[in-house]
Amino acid sequence: MPPHPESWLRVTPQGLYCEPGGFFIDPQRPVDRAVITHGHADHARPGHEAVLATPATLAIMRARMGEAGAGTVQQPIRPGETLVQNGVAIRLVPAGHVLGSAQVVLDWQGSRAVVSGDYKRQRDTTCAPFEPVNCDVFVTEATFALPVFRHPPPEEETAKLLKSLALFPDRTHVVGCYALGKCQRLIRLLREAGWEAPIHLHGALATLCTLYETLGVPLGPLAPATVANKAALKGAIVLAPPSAVQDRWARRLAEPVVAVASGWMRVRQRAKTRGVELPLVISDHADWDDLNRTIDEVGAPEVWVTHGRDDALVHAMALRGIRGRALHLVGLGDEEDDAPQPEAAA
Amino acid sequence: MSVPAFAALLERLVFTPGRNAKLALLRDWFATQPDPDRGVGLAALTEELVFTAAKPALIRDLVAARTDPVLLALSHDYVGDFAETVALIWPQREGVNAPPPALSEVVEALELTPKAELPLLIAGWLDTLDSSGRLALIKLVTGGLRVGVSGRLARVALAEWSGQPVEEIEEVWHGVAPPYLPLFRWLEGAAEKPDPQEAPVFRPLMLAHPLEDADVAALRPAEWRAEWKWDGIRVQLTAGPGGRRLWSRGGEDVSGAFPEIIAAMNFHAVLDGELLVIRDGAVAPFADLQQRLNRKGVTARMQADYPVGVRLYDLLFEAGEDLRPLPFDVRRARLEDWVARIAPARMDLSAQIAFASVVQLSEVRDGARAASIEGLMLKRADSPYVAGRQKGLWWKWKRDPLSIDAVLMYAQRGHGKRSSFYSDYTFGLWRPDGAGGEELVPVGKAYSGYTDEELGWLDKWIRNHTTGRFGPVREVEKALVLEVIFDAAQLSTRHKSGVALRFPRIARIRTDKPASEADRLENLMGYVERRAPTDDATDG
Ligand SMILES: [Zn+2]
Repeated sequence: MPPHPESWLRVTPQGLYCEPGGFFIDPQRPVDRAVITHGHADHARPGHEAVLATPATLAIMRARMGEAGAGTVQQPIRPGETLVQNGVAIRLVPAGHVLGSAQVVLDWQGSRAVVSGDYKRQRDTTCAPFEPVNCDVFVTEATFALPVFRHPPPEEETAKLLKSLALFPDRTHVVGCYALGKCQRLIRLLREAGWEAPIHLHGALATLCTLYETLGVPLGPLAPATVANKAALKGAIVLAPPSAVQDRWARRLAEPVVAVASGWMRVRQRAKTRGVELPLVISDHADWDDLNRTIDEVGAPEVWVTHGRDDALVHAMALRGIRGRALHLVGLGDEEDDAPQPEAAA
Repeated sequence: MSVPAFAALLERLVFTPGRNAKLALLRDWFATQPDPDRGVGLAALTEELVFTAAKPALIRDLVAARTDPVLLALSHDYVGDFAETVALIWPQREGVNAPPPALSEVVEALELTPKAELPLLIAGWLDTLDSSGRLALIKLVTGGLRVGVSGRLARVALAEWSGQPVEEIEEVWHGVAPPYLPLFRWLEGAAEKPDPQEAPVFRPLMLAHPLEDADVAALRPAEWRAEWKWDGIRVQLTAGPGGRRLWSRGGEDVSGAFPEIIAAMNFHAVLDGELLVIRDGAVAPFADLQQRLNRKGVTARMQADYPVGVRLYDLLFEAGEDLRPLPFDVRRARLEDWVARIAPARMDLSAQIAFASVVQLSEVRDGARAASIEGLMLKRADSPYVAGRQKGLWWKWKRDPLSIDAVLMYAQRGHGKRSSFYSDYTFGLWRPDGAGGEELVPVGKAYSGYTDEELGWLDKWIRNHTTGRFGPVREVEKALVLEVIFDAAQLSTRHKSGVALRFPRIARIRTDKPASEADRLENLMGYVERRAPTDDATDG
C-alpha cells in the first residue's frame, strides 16, 4: 500500500517540506533546496541555495530580486517535464495564475500529492491555463473561499472601465493593480476590448511589463505615467500599484477616477473603505465555484488548505464527503492588494 | 434597459463622491434610458417611490431555503450587510433564461401582487439577475435604496441634460408624478411645458397599515377618527380646467370605464374616495363592481344595472389650493363643507363613526357583516395627507375572516414563475346527493395564503394522489382537508353550489382531519348575507 502523503510531505515553520526529496515548496525563509510555484513575493522569497521553477518564474525572480537573490543554483524545468530527486518525481503543471505559475506534482512510492500554489480557472491570455491532475492529496489555497466570491467575466469589468472613460472623457482613470500578472492581464483585456491608445504605467510596473513582452506576451503601446504632465493624461488609463492609487501621487492627476482591479472589490465595504470610485472585480485566484469545481475535478479524497478561508472550504468539502485539513501556513498572505503583508522581506 | 442598467447606475452613484460626477451619471441615465424606466428610476433614486411590500424576513427566508446555513452565516459575518450577502451568495440557477425584469414591471407587480405571492415573484426576479442587479432589487423592494440623490440634485441634472433652466423644472416638478412622461416629453422638446395648475395629475395615495392586536390597546379615542372601510376600488378624482381624470390606487387612468363619474365631476378639486356600486343608497358587494372592470366599452345597460358612485374620504386640493399638509380634522371639515356646497352627483360622504372607547369600536367592527364592508379605517385627527404607507397615521382594521374546512377536489398549475407547481386549488363541501348519500360540490378556488413550504408539500401530495387529468387540471383523491378563509360569502347563480366567496385563501392544511369531517354546504350558507343572488362569481 502506498504511503499516505502525510508521511512524506510535512508542514514546517518554513513551509511545506518533502522529506524524502529534501526540498521545500515556496519556503518563507532561505533554504538549501526550494521548488517555487510562481513569482509572487509571498511564494518566491530571495536567498535560497538551489531553486527549481519554470523558466518564466526564474526570469521573473531574477527581474524582481536580482541574479543573486533568485538562487545560487537555478534549475529551470519546463511544464510537463519530470525530474527525479532522491526518488521523488517532480513535475510542474500550469496553474493559470500568472505567467510561469505552476502546480507541483509529486509522486513518491505510488502516492501523489499536488501542491497547486495559487491558481485560477478563468481565461487569461498571459499564461497557460490550469490543468487538473488526479491525486491522493490536493493542496489548495482558499483566498476567495466564501460563496459570496463569484468573479464575473473579466470582460464585463473592463467594459465598465471603458464605459466610465466615455462618460468622463476628461478624467484620468487610474487603476490599482499588482505588478506581476494582474497588470499584464488587464492590459491584454483592454486591448481585446479595442483600447488601442498607449496605456500609462507607474514606474513600479514597467520592469515586469517589459519582461512579459520579452517572454512572448505582447502588450501594445505603453508609456510612462509622468504625473508632471497632467494635461496629457486627461482621459488616459494609468496603471499603478494598489498602494499608489490612493496616495498623493494619484491625486496630482487630472480629477482621477480611482479604480482597483481585485477579487476583493466584490464586497462593497472593502471598496468603500479604500475610497475606490470604480471597483473592478478582476482576480487571479479561483473564486468559490472554481475552487470547489477544481477540488471535484482532481478527485482527491483529501484536500489540504494552505491559507485563506479554510473554515468555509473545509465545511463545504465535508458536505461532499471530502476530508479537508487546514494547514494554516504562515506568510502566504496574498499578493493581492489589501491582504496582510508577508512577514519576510519581498 | 431594465433592472441591470439601474443597478449599474446605483453602483456608480454609491461609490462616487463628487457632485459633478453624480450629475454626469444622472444625465447619462436620462439620455440613454427608455420610458417609463427612466422616470421610475428617477423616482426610486429620489425616494418619490418607496416600497415596503417585502420585509427583510421574506428575503431572509428565500436565501435560507437556497443556501447552507453555515456558509450563509460565515458569509454574512464577512460581508456585514445582509442584503449584500444575499445578493452575492444567491445561487445562479442553471437554465434560467428569462430576461431580467424592467424597472416599471417590478414597480407595477409590487403594487398588484398579493402578499402571499411575493416570495415566488421576488425569487423569480433574483434568478434572472447578476449580483449587482440582485442588490438593487433587494434594496428597492425592501425600501432601503438610500443612495443619497436629493430631488434638487436630480432636477439640476435634468436641467443640465435638457438645457431648460432648473427654476422652470422646479416649478412644474410637483405637478408631475412618476414616471414623469409629460416632463420628459417637454424636456426633449416634444411637447409643451406641463402646467401643474391645469393638468390632471395623479398624486400618490395615502395608505394605511394593518392594525395589529398589540397596537389596539395604545389607541386613545380622542385622537382618532373612525370610518367604514368600504369594499370597492380606491380612487382619486382630479378635475379642473385642465381636464378630468379618475385614477386607480396605483395611478392608472380608469376614466374610460366610468363615464358617468367623469360626467359628474364638474368641479375644480382633487378628492380621495371609494368607487362602489350603489343601489338605492345601499352599497352592493364587490362582485357587482367587478362587472364594470376590465371591459372595453361601457353599455347603457351596464350603467343602469351596475350604477356606480363614489364615497368620499378626503379632499386633497380645492381649486388649486393644496390641503394635504393640513390636519385630517381640518380637511374633513373642508370636505363636509365642500360636499354641502357643491353637492356633486353620484358622490356622498363616508360617514364618521363616533366612539368613546376602543372596546366599543371593536364591537362596532365585529357587528359589521355586510359584504360591502371590509372593516374599519382609523385616521389620526392631526394626520397630514402623505404619500404611501406611513406608520402611525392611518390604520386599517379588517374584520376577522370567515373560515371553513373544505376538501381539495382539483388542482391546476400556476402561471409564470409558479408554472411548475400545482398552485391553484378548487375545493368543495359536502351536501346530500339526493340518493340518501353525500357528495362534494365545489364552492371556490384559492391560489394564495400558503407558504413556499406548504406549496411544495401540496404539489407533491397532488402528484401522488391524482385520479384523473383534464388538460392542465388534475382531479385528486377526495382525501385532503384545507382550512379556507375568506372575507364574505354571497349567493351566486353562476356557481353550482349557489354561493361565491370573496377572496378565499388557504389558511392551513388539515392533515389531522379526515375528509368526511369537512364542513357541509349548509355551514357555508350560514355565512351568506341574505340578499338577491348576483349572476357572477367573485372568487378571486
Ligand atoms: Zn500568487
